[in-house]
Amino acid sequence: MSEASPAKAYALHLGVIALLFALSFLLPEYYHGLLARIMVLAVFAMGYNMLFGYVGLLSLGHAMFFGAGLYGAGLAVIQLGWNVPAAFAVGLGCGAVLALIIGLLALRTTGVAFMIVTMMFAQVFYLLILYFAVWTGGDQGQVVPQPARVLNFGATSLDLTNPTVRYMSALALFSLVLLVTLATVRSRYGRVLVAIRENEERTKMLGYDTFSNKLIAVVVSGAICAASGAAYALLFGYVGSSFASVQYSILPLLWVLLGGAATTLGPLIGTLFMYYVIDVTSGYTSAYLLIVGVALILLVLFFPKGILGTIRQRWLGWLP
Amino acid sequence: MMPLLTTKGLSRNFGGLRAVDSVDFTLMPGEIRAVIGPNGAGKTTFVSLVSGRIQPSSGAIVFDGADITGLPAYIRVRQGIAYTFQITSVFANLSAYDNVALPVQRTLSDSRSKGAVKAGVMSALERTGLADRAHMQAGQLSYGHQRLLEVTMGLALKPRLLILDEPTQGLADSEIDNFVELVREIARSATVLLIEHNMPVVMQLADRITVFNAGKILAEGTPEAIRENAAVQEAYLGTAP
Repeated sequence: MSEASPAKAYALHLGVIALLFALSFLLPEYYHGLLARIMVLAVFAMGYNMLFGYVGLLSLGHAMFFGAGLYGAGLAVIQLGWNVPAAFAVGLGCGAVLALIIGLLALRTTGVAFMIVTMMFAQVFYLLILYFAVWTGGDQGQVVPQPARVLNFGATSLDLTNPTVRYMSALALFSLVLLVTLATVRSRYGRVLVAIRENEERTKMLGYDTFSNKLIAVVVSGAICAASGAAYALLFGYVGSSFASVQYSILPLLWVLLGGAATTLGPLIGTLFMYYVIDVTSGYTSAYLLIVGVALILLVLFFPKGILGTIRQRWLGWLP
Repeated sequence: MMPLLTTKGLSRNFGGLRAVDSVDFTLMPGEIRAVIGPNGAGKTTFVSLVSGRIQPSSGAIVFDGADITGLPAYIRVRQGIAYTFQITSVFANLSAYDNVALPVQRTLSDSRSKGAVKAGVMSALERTGLADRAHMQAGQLSYGHQRLLEVTMGLALKPRLLILDEPTQGLADSEIDNFVELVREIARSATVLLIEHNMPVVMQLADRITVFNAGKILAEGTPEAIRENAAVQEAYLGTAP
């Protein structure tokens, strides 16, 4: 993460993006949809990783940021009839503002207290969705109508329900967030974030306002997760309260731990791996969660730093 | 000449213990001042109050003519008070380069280029002789080198007042000689406040010595005067028979 091999790192990331682009022409229909979904959720994981991996803040409430993007974008279409770019912006804005407020309050705590406070806020958010069922659709959720999910550029229009368009939209968002993450962690700001993770007290004594730096990280992380939620609503057309439940606060943590915390590509690998294991095992047995559990335990035992984290530690020290 | 640092009636209580008790202290710019005293005399608490790591119970701290008593530590660092830790607390998982890049990049206000950080880091590392270890993980450096890295980080802040808390603790004799030279060189551009137990180092370096005992200043003066001071001898060695 220092000055070493920036070219190598960028080449690797562009290679991954190119590979995902090529896969859209090679994969059968079924995997198209699955991979698009994985890319959108990997964005969620990357947003989570920004805070958990690089700043070392373990939040158990990131479902609320995903949910803020999901409902912000979904309800802007359903209730207000706004177009896709405006709805996406609303989702992103909701997430960023919510993250700012939550950050100001939750960052007064650290460690276990931070986990509990974020989890509590996320529960409040979840319960508010159920409470305002008139607008949100409560636990039934709501479908974002298909005709509204169209991007208009003058004469041409892109139908987001078309599998190829959907795949490319997901890839575009994923690529953008991946490159932004890479640039951030390689920047001076990224170095400060890691320093806060390693030793906050020491970082203060080097003249850094650690609170402000952490607050910015919470807002960036929340905004990325909200972008993922907004994209999910617009690409897959469903807005439901389960996405704001505690399960969706735990999942990004698992994806990041699997792939490797504080690695730029770890979130994608973790999300992909988890989906792939579930997909394969559920084909054989209804007790697939048991196999998923065993896989997780094996991973923690033999790859405690996650897949990419271990690879970086043992073989490829230059990985960002 | 205006003092660089003064404290007036500075106190800090820990429960019933007055770790620092109404200390009036003055430090002139360009000085090397050693702070000595028996264990538990309040030396580290005193410099922690100055650096802002802990808040005083009462009293005031004035740095360069301005009252800084209420300022958080990071702003004091920006105003030029750098503190190097008694217990080595370099970022063990980061490279030596990154450890020094953190203070360097913050003090570079005008230049945004990557080259400027690199030049600043390498010149700081060269000053302390760690340049060839720039890409080693800080945690894998020898103890002596970690102490040096700690000082390098303090130096890279371009401080006006550098507080060194027991910098030679755990160093070999050969390393101590180099260290004394380094502090002399630092003192050309900064005022140095040095907490130190190693008396030869204190006697070689200090322009003046402040002796703490039981939270108060017991004596203050030139090394010769302190050496001859009966009260200091008593505090260190017990009552004369």
